[in-house]
Amino acid sequence: MFKLIYFFMIVVAGTGGELCVSRAMKGIGEVHDFRPSAVLQVIGRALRKKWMWLGIGLMTLAFFSLLAVLSFEKVSFVVPVTALSYVAGALGGRFFLGERISLNRWTGICLVCIGVTLVFLGKG
Amino acid sequence: MNTHKPLHFKTFAMILIMIIAGPLGNVLLGRGMKRVGAASITSLTSLAHVADSIFTNGWIWLGVASLLTFFIANILVLSWADYSFVQPASSMAYGVVALLSVLLLGESVTLLRWVGIAIICLGVFIVGRTHPRTTEHS
Repeated sequence: MFKLIYFFMIVVAGTGGELCVSRAMKGIGEVHDFRPSAVLQVIGRALRKKWMWLGIGLMTLAFFSLLAVLSFEKVSFVVPVTALSYVAGALGGRFFLGERISLNRWTGICLVCIGVTLVFLGKG
Repeated sequence: MNTHKPLHFKTFAMILIMIIAGPLGNVLLGRGMKRVGAASITSLTSLAHVADSIFTNGWIWLGVASLLTFFIANILVLSWADYSFVQPASSMAYGVVALLSVLLLGESVTLLRWVGIAIICLGVFIVGRTHPRTTEHS
């Protein structure tokens, strides 16, 4: 039961966190300068966005859930199973960020999900 | 002026960093947490003991550093590319994590699981052929 809760937290809090971070970064605009000082400035601007902090909070929750699962499960099982976040991510990108997802991209995402299912079934 | 190519080069350079740093971070965390062992938290004392075991473990810190590299590459790429493109495109990392688990942790990976990982990579290939940005500049 705890295992399921941990996986749920990894997928839902992790995806939610990434969506919040994405929303914060979209508010900053495209990064053109990759010198360390410029990257630090971008990170500084990002940390002034409330979406970034919400995202970091959710990702921290997902991170500690991941640590808990890794203490008793194989890495090669845990990490692929967390790819269930693809469906959540695509839906979030579509409805939360207003992104348009083409048929090709949906096909790719579906294949990823099938792959994840096989990884789950192939638990040795 | 053609801005299509630079966008793709930047995008794939960042995704390359992500698919190396992310899996390496997870494998290092896995090694660290196996040493900590399955935690049973029943009181504040046991919570403090587990936290101490985690935060004094060098493998965990190496894993965190690697994941931090992944995170910075991730937020940079998200400033110009769609989340629904970046997330699936970086899923090549699932193949890398399985490979590193076998090579560095000695884990066994079944044939069915390798097939699953190959299908994930095929999905990534299809997603990677779609345009990374579907929304307008803000």
